[in-house]
Amino acid sequence: MDAILLQILNGLDKGGAYALIALGLTLVFGTLGVVNFAHGALFMLGAFCAVTFNKLLNLESVVIDPSQTTAWGTPLEVRTPYIEALLGDFGAYLHDYSVPFSILLAIPVMLIIGIVMERGLIRHFYKRPHADQILVTFGLAIVIQEIIKHFFGANPIPQPAPMAFGGTAYVGEIFGMGQTLAYPWWRIIYFLFSLGVIGAVFAFLQFTTYGMVVRAGMRDRETVGLLGIDIERRFTVVFGLASVVAGVAGVMYTPILPPDYHMGMEFLVLSFVVVVVGGMGSLGGAVAAGFLLGILQSFASMNEVKAIIPGIDQIIIYLVAVVILLTLPRGLMGRKGVMED
Amino acid sequence: MSKFIMTRRGLLRAGAASGVALAAPMHFIRGAYAEDISCNMPKGDTVTFGWSVPLTGPYADEGADELKAFQLAVKHLNGEGDGGMIPTMKPAALKGNGVLGKKVAQVHGDSQTKTDAARDNSKRMIERDGAIMISGGSSSAEAVAVQSLCQDMGVIHMSGLTHSNDTTGKDKKRYGFRHFFNAYQSGVALGPVIAEAYGKDRKAYHLTADYTWGWTQEESMKAATEALGWQTVAAVRTPLGSADFSQYITPVLNSGADVLILNHYGKDMVNSLTQSVQFGLRDKEVNGKKFEIVVPLFSELMAQGAGDAVKGIYGTSNWDWKLDDDATKAFTKSFGQEYGAPPSQAAHTCYVQALLYADACERAGTFFAPAVIKALEGFEFDGLGNGSTLYRAEDHQCMKSCLVVQGKENPKDKYDLMEIVKVVPREVTTYDPAIFGGELGPSDAKQC
Repeated sequence: MDAILLQILNGLDKGGAYALIALGLTLVFGTLGVVNFAHGALFMLGAFCAVTFNKLLNLESVVIDPSQTTAWGTPLEVRTPYIEALLGDFGAYLHDYSVPFSILLAIPVMLIIGIVMERGLIRHFYKRPHADQILVTFGLAIVIQEIIKHFFGANPIPQPAPMAFGGTAYVGEIFGMGQTLAYPWWRIIYFLFSLGVIGAVFAFLQFTTYGMVVRAGMRDRETVGLLGIDIERRFTVVFGLASVVAGVAGVMYTPILPPDYHMGMEFLVLSFVVVVVGGMGSLGGAVAAGFLLGILQSFASMNEVKAIIPGIDQIIIYLVAVVILLTLPRGLMGRKGVMED
Repeated sequence: MSKFIMTRRGLLRAGAASGVALAAPMHFIRGAYAEDISCNMPKGDTVTFGWSVPLTGPYADEGADELKAFQLAVKHLNGEGDGGMIPTMKPAALKGNGVLGKKVAQVHGDSQTKTDAARDNSKRMIERDGAIMISGGSSSAEAVAVQSLCQDMGVIHMSGLTHSNDTTGKDKKRYGFRHFFNAYQSGVALGPVIAEAYGKDRKAYHLTADYTWGWTQEESMKAATEALGWQTVAAVRTPLGSADFSQYITPVLNSGADVLILNHYGKDMVNSLTQSVQFGLRDKEVNGKKFEIVVPLFSELMAQGAGDAVKGIYGTSNWDWKLDDDATKAFTKSFGQEYGAPPSQAAHTCYVQALLYADACERAGTFFAPAVIKALEGFEFDGLGNGSTLYRAEDHQCMKSCLVVQGKENPKDKYDLMEIVKVVPREVTTYDPAIFGGELGPSDAKQC
């Protein structure tokens, strides 16, 4: 029982990341009709917002203390982060919570990047075939990757979770199962965070006038335009919103997966499978498929399952995608007419 | 009576015939003049060494430290700086004026912790840059691949950090030499220490990096612990370079195992150990015993990456900068003054390999590869940080002491993370070279 619950928890935090990336992907596809292969790069850029914020907090003063020497005979360098020297305990607190605080940097940065990307490049490809869109956005992803590699290097840069959430949560105790069911705090927080972001995006689209117009535009772009609404401008904001979602998902994932320039590509492929399984352009489908595939992947990595079908953990997602597309060609919640031309 | 008359034409004919007659034997002995030529022997006033080091990928931290060590070694070989371990090495033929009077030049390439990139690098350095010797690498897969290439090209490979039994076992090569210890020696050294610390009734679960080093490390640890009475519950392979080990760690929690053995190195180990601790493994009690984690191959660089998770963890190490011998002190001082941090075991082994190759050339009196191989085979030396050491002729593996280490509970600073628990002597770590099979192959000189 514990093993099953653990795999469900494990699948939920993975599924959270898949769902957040797939949500942005399908939002862009549903509104703009663009297959954005640079979306994984936006996830990676978000993660590097956390790295940048942490680097800024780590700027330090160096004072040589001649009274102490190192083991190799040179005077000891005493290093103090400026932030802690300036702000004392609050500086140390800020340092400890650098990952969640870097969301404050990531939101405006990702919004600007998203809008510039859409206005500067993507909009020129609205009426071009999907193959052209894929080529140009894939090329853009490679350019972004190489820029990050140039400035941050090719190696993963670990980002610590706040001390208070770096340890283990004894989830079993809540259900009276003792300490047998334990799970890292940060992964639980990531899952809850992903639920919060997904809820906020749905609430924005469902309960605001702006969201209502966007949804109407997704259904019938021309009619909304005829009503005198500048739907293109709204869709630009939607692109910005999708990149913010990908970005904050990347920020919060850094304590789980140390970011490197290539991390977006690893998630992009899986997220596309999630979008296809969920149904192209379906927000609910993307979220449901994200969590479903995350949990299935987790179960497939149990030793008991791998003993029966070796290597199943590496292919389960693609296998499920094949089965679902054979039985439900539009995916789990796909709408009629989307990507069927 | 006939009269001998030499005409001008006759003289020319006789001269030509004599020339042909005298030159004919040269056709049969011309190889005799080429036999002292091997690949990339230096013609000018420099000799080029090639470093193939992983500057990216899961072993990048080790690779960066290796490159620093090589650069320091070249400095010392050329007579610059304080000489590092050259004055402490015994016997030493090095004079501090380059090698055989030629200044040492160097080239390097990023092997990316990938075998194909490592081979491409090495081939480029041999063919384009004229490297006479290749060294470096932090992965056994790289070492095995590159030493095989070097065997084919007739260039000596002084491997860096490689710990698989295969490097000097089934995949050993005449042109390949390893100073670093191996997985078998880790098992022999570590087994008795963890059996004493954790008892003989234990159930172990292995997570193993899925390539040559991981396989032999797992095999050696299983052999060592099972001989002491431990049971192996499961051994699960993980892809090299995995960042998220959660899917491999969760099955451990309910497997009935009370020890997790992480046959991981570099960033893999940093991630798997940190995540194991996050999953609460070290706080667990299983089978009435405290759950323990063991990392058979350990380094200061990994300890820095893993932070507090490393406290109390047992492992083995080839060398540590805190050893109390003159050679270690001299190297730590040189390295620390140059780079502001103490050297890692990866840096140490690479520095030593560069010195040993240069010294062998001096002792052989030539750069001719077969002669240098002969000079290295069976060479007994001291004063390079591991005590009395033998470069064993049968498998080109160094026989020397190694260390059992433990993550320090109260480190003084970020470089003081490991405590030396035991120095396991050479007599204990020495084994029969026949147990791992393999053939060294020929030492024929090649021209490239």
